[in-house]
Amino acid sequence: MGEYLIKNGFVFDPVQGINGDKSDVALKDGKIVETTALSSGATVIDASGMTVMAGGVDIHSHVAGAKVDVGRLLRPEDKLFKSPKKTGKVSRVEMGYSVPTTFKTGYDYTRMGYSFVMEAAMPPLEAPHTHEEMRDTPIIDMAAMPVYGNNWFMLEYLKNGEIENNAAYSAWLMTATKGFAIKVVNPGGTEAWGWGLNCTTIHDPVPYFDITPAEIIKGLIETNEYLRLPHSIHLHPNNLGNPGNYETTLETLRLAEGYSPKSDFGREQVLHNTHLQFHSYGGDSWGNFESKAKEVMDYVNQQKNLTIDLGCVTLDETTTMTADGPFEHHLNGLNHLKWANTDVELETAAGVVPYVYGKNVKVCDIQWAIGLEIALFAKDMMRTFLTTDHPNAGPFFRYPRIIKWLMSKQSRDELLHSFKWADRVIAATNLESIDREMTFNEIAQMTRAGPAKALGIAHMYGSLKPGMNGNVAVYNINPEHMPADPDEIEKAFLRAAYVFKDGVMVSRDGEILATPPKLALWVNAKVPENAQVRRDIYEKFRKYYSVNLENYPVRDELAPNQRVIELDITA
Amino acid sequence: MAKVITGVGCPYCGASCDDIEVTVSDDGTKVLEVKNACAIGNQVFHHASTPGRITSPRLRQPDGTYKEISYEEAIDRAARILVNAKKPLIYGFGSTNCEGMSAAGRVAEKAGAVLDNCASICHGSSFLAIFDNGYPSCTLGEVKNRADVIVYWASNPAHAHPRHMSRYSIFPRGFFTGKGHMGRKIICIDPRVTDTARVADIHLQVQQGHDYELFNAFRTVLHGGDIPDMVAGIPKEKILEAAGIMKKARFGTVFYGMGLCHSDGRNHNVDIAISMTRDLNEFTKWTIMAMRGHYNIAGPGVVWSWQFGFPYCIDMTKRDLVHMNPGETSSVDLAMRDEVDAFVNIGTDAGAHFPIPAVQHLKKHPWITIDPNICMASEISDLHIPVAVVGVETGGVVYRMDNVPIQFKKVVEPAGGILTDEELFDKIYERMCELDQEA
Ligand SMILES: [Zn+2]
Repeated sequence: MGEYLIKNGFVFDPVQGINGDKSDVALKDGKIVETTALSSGATVIDASGMTVMAGGVDIHSHVAGAKVDVGRLLRPEDKLFKSPKKTGKVSRVEMGYSVPTTFKTGYDYTRMGYSFVMEAAMPPLEAPHTHEEMRDTPIIDMAAMPVYGNNWFMLEYLKNGEIENNAAYSAWLMTATKGFAIKVVNPGGTEAWGWGLNCTTIHDPVPYFDITPAEIIKGLIETNEYLRLPHSIHLHPNNLGNPGNYETTLETLRLAEGYSPKSDFGREQVLHNTHLQFHSYGGDSWGNFESKAKEVMDYVNQQKNLTIDLGCVTLDETTTMTADGPFEHHLNGLNHLKWANTDVELETAAGVVPYVYGKNVKVCDIQWAIGLEIALFAKDMMRTFLTTDHPNAGPFFRYPRIIKWLMSKQSRDELLHSFKWADRVIAATNLESIDREMTFNEIAQMTRAGPAKALGIAHMYGSLKPGMNGNVAVYNINPEHMPADPDEIEKAFLRAAYVFKDGVMVSRDGEILATPPKLALWVNAKVPENAQVRRDIYEKFRKYYSVNLENYPVRDELAPNQRVIELDITA
Repeated sequence: MAKVITGVGCPYCGASCDDIEVTVSDDGTKVLEVKNACAIGNQVFHHASTPGRITSPRLRQPDGTYKEISYEEAIDRAARILVNAKKPLIYGFGSTNCEGMSAAGRVAEKAGAVLDNCASICHGSSFLAIFDNGYPSCTLGEVKNRADVIVYWASNPAHAHPRHMSRYSIFPRGFFTGKGHMGRKIICIDPRVTDTARVADIHLQVQQGHDYELFNAFRTVLHGGDIPDMVAGIPKEKILEAAGIMKKARFGTVFYGMGLCHSDGRNHNVDIAISMTRDLNEFTKWTIMAMRGHYNIAGPGVVWSWQFGFPYCIDMTKRDLVHMNPGETSSVDLAMRDEVDAFVNIGTDAGAHFPIPAVQHLKKHPWITIDPNICMASEISDLHIPVAVVGVETGGVVYRMDNVPIQFKKVVEPAGGILTDEELFDKIYERMCELDQEA
């Protein structure tokens, strides 16, 4: 493995408090090291005039697994005239646009300087599928969050207030699926969807199970803190995408009050609310639909135990996909395009619907503004992360465009005023009145340091401190001479000049140079022996699952390079 | 001491049962007893350890006989054939694991080949309908736990998927379906009086080739419209009765089979079946599922969608881009037009399934068969490479008809040290890379 000295770049590392200082970064044996640790044979990379950051960390993206693949299969048109021609020597063909193939996913994230991506929703029964795809996604390290929020074991344990049993089961499921965190999607609502129903408030009882979404959320926070997991619960709240839903969102967020984090991995939150854009809507119809980003962020800003990600709408044609089965059915009723659905026994569901966010559709433009407002109203960028809920609000390769909008008022104003219904969009949002422009340091917080901390992986990712994984991105943009044309910002972040992954130069100016082994991270939590839970698992598999318990856990060969995060709460 | 292996997956039909118990000989080479499997599944396990298996590759000689050759030579010949061909076709994958499909995908991309699977002559029309209309579906356990109405349309699981009705649909007692069979209504729609029709509560004996009209009638009735006294050979009151049951279901599933895909209307039949399912979701919960034939024939559609973005008919001859256009890039059509100049038949029997003129065209060029067994394809090939029987001699991931991944187990060692599909394709790939370097 080579040694590299990345010289004279403007370095942004919020973890070390380095804010654009001109300095050097050294790589050796796959890690970041002190520059003094290098031999004289180190390759020198001249980064003068460029921006240097740690490899990017994506906290929420749908890139691997059953519903993502349904999105690919469902949409041949997503490939037609939209796939680039293969160029590199080491790469595979790169097909697809809003739902790219695994190969294209790995390459495009790498080109943007990302080194870790969290797959946002893994149906436990289909975990082998998720892992097969992650194995086939080159270069980037990954982990996946099993979906818990409608799982029958959990519904029964929490209904009876059995946090310990739920924790024992959750730990077992995490290990069986080689999962990373507790994902919760439309708690209770997706189980209701088994009957074609939904829970749109946090007080709607779940049919048959007689528990409310509010009780599920609180129970899962308690489970998560009992297990001391690296990440908090990762919540997609009820009532996604509906006008007026910000009240549900605020009510949901208030459930976290009084809880504090119990984890040795450095996170400060007990609840992560994902794609907050979809949950910050005012009005009571699409006619008077408006932004409530300010109201929601005023609350988030006061609550240190919350983190959020944006879920920015990018005004593209895309493919929506979520374990929120009833939402996809509802969306399909609005746009009447094709609709795929997969309900998963005892666990969850998933829906997929293509969606066109039209630039001249008022509602879409308001959604676009809300995503940006959430970032611009945020006071703590270490708790506010850049996502598009890929591919739901837009494809991940638009992150650089979002960075442009956040860093340049001029660029977002130009777009805002070009809308057909600009006046109405301005009236329904706050965006035009916001002058804030994000700094490079804030971008580094939102795309690296912040998500790494919230996920509990800040000991490996998100910083350039010596000892960290050797993941570095060098962008061809000079913070002391910002380009007059904001589009140059997007260009620079879309195709990093140099990208290093575990100390290997994997990409240069967008060309893929190498595909070194990538890691699958998962959490193995050791809990006290629990005979009841063991019996419950055995019984449910015998009676209700359609697969054999023996064949359920993900086998090691599906995750060839594992980095297991070991926890022992029996100690 | 014989050894009992539990939780074994069955490499026969799309029901992909994984509750088989297999007893193997002490030395781990022979299957002695198989429990829980249907009669055909039982045979698949026993067949693998029948004496007389082909264990080394065979090369056709000028006098028409086969001569045994080494794997090394077979791999070299296969690699050269693929490197030299302008438009090779790699087709089949009815009987292999996802590891094999993935390895073959890499070879096909390197060779600039067309990559296709049995769906091309089977449920391909389902893919066309799904591209247009979507696929509201569920896993089989959902059916078991929730469904109170089951429709088998143009499918006959009693014969094609022997344990489907007992494991997933009609008979099992699930969480919300504790009464099992007693709590479910079964509707069978089929022009024949099949064994499935015999266990149904209602059998609508649709006129052969008129399924589309009958679906249309159902949709009309569901939306409150009126229909003629007789549609597709079924009296109006029968249609009203069945539609009423479907509308009142708490959870229903339509299982449809090849009778829709391969009778007049084809993809349009599946399309309107999906539309009917969508309509029913305005009233209650309904899902639809294709009765996929083989234990892992859903696999190539899954694996290649994540690798190439398309489930079948994958044309990589442009090398830097992939395109799919069934009719143009589908195996039988390519062969009928004589566009293919090398053919790899893997895990299926194109010799038996393709039209004779297609086979005659393919026969003009090098033909490689990769299959554990002797079949029509292996007997007309230029090169036959035997491989391990998936589910018996090697494990791996397979996708059940509901796209649920099942991790299959190996129960005995591969006979005579033969390679798995994955190993074979990986070696062919490496050899192709070497030939590249030499050139
Ligand atoms: Zn999401």
